[in-house]
Amino acid sequence: MSTQRTRGRLLRAASLAVTAAMVLTACGSRVDDESGGQAAASCVDTSGDSVKVGFLNSLSGTMAISEKTVHDALQLAAEQINADGGVLGKQLDVVSEDGASEPTVFAEKAGKLISSDCVAAVFGGWTSSSRKAMLPVFEGANSLLFYPVQYEGLESSPNIFYTGATTNQQIVPALDYLKEQGTKSVFLVGSDYVFPRTANKIIKAYAKANGIEIKGEEYAPLGHTDFSTITNKVKAAGADAVFNTLNGDSNVAFFKEYRNAGLTAEAMPVVSVSIAEEEISGIGLDNLAGQLTSWNYYQTVDTPANAAFVDAFKAKYGDNRVTSDPMEAAYTSLFLWKAMVEKAESFATDDVTKAAGGITFDAPEGTVTVNGENHHIAKTALIGRIERDGLIHTVWSSGKPIEPDPYLEGYAWAEGLSAS
Amino acid sequence: MEALVNQLFAGLSLGSVLLLAALGLALTFGQMGVINMAHGEFIMAGAYTAYVVQGAISDAGVSLFVSIPLGFLVGGLMGVALEATLLRRMYHRPLDTLLVTWGVALILQQLARDIFGAPNVEVRAPGWLSGSVDLGVTQVPSARLFILALSIAAVVGLGVVLRTTPLGRRIRGVVQNRDLAETVGISTRSTDRLTFFIGSGLAGVAGVALTLLGSTGPTLGTNYIVDAFLVVVAGGIGQIKGSVIAAFALGVLQAAFEYSTTASIAKVLVFVVIVVFLQIRPQGIFSVRTRSLV
Repeated sequence: MSTQRTRGRLLRAASLAVTAAMVLTACGSRVDDESGGQAAASCVDTSGDSVKVGFLNSLSGTMAISEKTVHDALQLAAEQINADGGVLGKQLDVVSEDGASEPTVFAEKAGKLISSDCVAAVFGGWTSSSRKAMLPVFEGANSLLFYPVQYEGLESSPNIFYTGATTNQQIVPALDYLKEQGTKSVFLVGSDYVFPRTANKIIKAYAKANGIEIKGEEYAPLGHTDFSTITNKVKAAGADAVFNTLNGDSNVAFFKEYRNAGLTAEAMPVVSVSIAEEEISGIGLDNLAGQLTSWNYYQTVDTPANAAFVDAFKAKYGDNRVTSDPMEAAYTSLFLWKAMVEKAESFATDDVTKAAGGITFDAPEGTVTVNGENHHIAKTALIGRIERDGLIHTVWSSGKPIEPDPYLEGYAWAEGLSAS
Repeated sequence: MEALVNQLFAGLSLGSVLLLAALGLALTFGQMGVINMAHGEFIMAGAYTAYVVQGAISDAGVSLFVSIPLGFLVGGLMGVALEATLLRRMYHRPLDTLLVTWGVALILQQLARDIFGAPNVEVRAPGWLSGSVDLGVTQVPSARLFILALSIAAVVGLGVVLRTTPLGRRIRGVVQNRDLAETVGISTRSTDRLTFFIGSGLAGVAGVALTLLGSTGPTLGTNYIVDAFLVVVAGGIGQIKGSVIAAFALGVLQAAFEYSTTASIAKVLVFVVIVVFLQIRPQGIFSVRTRSLV
């Protein structure tokens, strides 16, 4: 065979390889909304001595690493509720579905859980794109979703309960803390998608009103692995602190680079809002010790409810497991739903949402209260420091639960943010 | 001045990372024409080798130096296994190879998840590789300096093997004219297998080195595979030196664009540059010159 032709074939193969590599690796991050909800009469069967609930988490794909832990926490909560006599005397019959890290799959499986499994409520979701894809399904079928992860706010659906933090319970307190510490300037580093960009918009508005200088704002594509340029920029800008909204693997590369560049937690602390107990070992304690996080729960929170939660979790899943904020929020969400149902004495969506306002629960993070208006819950904000024991210890607390304000209407500096 | 030096180093360093990831591919794809989508997973296997070795040898420095040859062996053996079971049945069928190796990549990723768990694992860097080295004008992270040295060593080593050893001559002979090589009595089968061993082994070495910079998890390889293919295609198929120049050029370009714009825009600009470049020079920087008349 001729070499000329070989080369021609190789070149075609080359372009084919590159295109295919890009298309195939992009599969995991395809995001498109799908509204698939058809209004249908509820088919929830409450006649027997059990009632079905759905758990919808990614058990495969890139998000499995995080969502599997939420699934574990939900299973534990269901087990405890069943051991304690169930909800309204009915045992919970859990139907688990895999969201496969794809928003479209989340929407599809949510529809399946509602209309063919006839579950009374669904618990799960993690990424904002998965929640946004499921929202029309739950609204269309008038069913309930409990969403356990901190998110960018600016949403409140009558069919969703948000048990993770909204921005004024996580990002705003972190800024309050930095301001209290005398921070005059911050550098913003985030992944290039909706949450970091929205969070940074809020941070910039806050900074403007409080005389904090924004020294720089950098976004890295999801999965970005080379942070030398961004670290060089951070180093050159010389801010008092870094506000980190990076997601996933990028954190590992970022913190390794940060340490190698000679930047330290003492000289320029990094406040992160996406790193919890689960992620610490993968990033490496050497790279993280001393850095700050902002959440509403840490494994080290000192409440009787948390001691019991951590003990039960370790007993069920092993001593080497840790508990984190989204897991706690998921665990709490099942108990909140139980309290709502028992107050309403009904599993029907409208009765449950009517009864929701004012429901409280002594959660591992402390007492939380459901806001009947916006369906978020009042939570205490905690700033933590990552310590050598691989856990996060509280260094600052808001002292009392902060009322959820997803549209930041109670903050003068945030005017106009929700409109944009 | 300092910023300029910093960025130049960042670019060279990124180039060396790209080169390490792409060098094995330059051999298997560039020389043999096999589109191996599982190349990224061989990188991942190298990274997990470093993790396992560190479990056995707690001294991070010693374990790093044990991991490098062991990573080469693990990557290489996986490559040979893939070659012997699947790929040899589908030479000259690039599209099929592409799909088959993509499937193998997914299987290997899930295997890693089953063996080591879905969360990332930690590979500690030795003390002398964390922190930075003072070069007078500026300080550069020592881990990056190490990777730069390692990638140069890998290129030089590969160059020596290809140029001076009988095996290298056989490989080059098969690349330039497979039929003629066969006619003069070179066993192209065993040459293919050895080429694949070396190429995949280099991926394993890249994996060990990358634990110093990034995450060690099941999807580690997918982060690098696209860039690795770009380097080989831009460098020119069949030429190692093309890949070397392309890797450093892309690294410096990315760093320069990223400094003046943002990481996302820089990525786009680099792609644009490559597309334009390949329009002008579709064969890449270098190509195998032959006297063939067809």
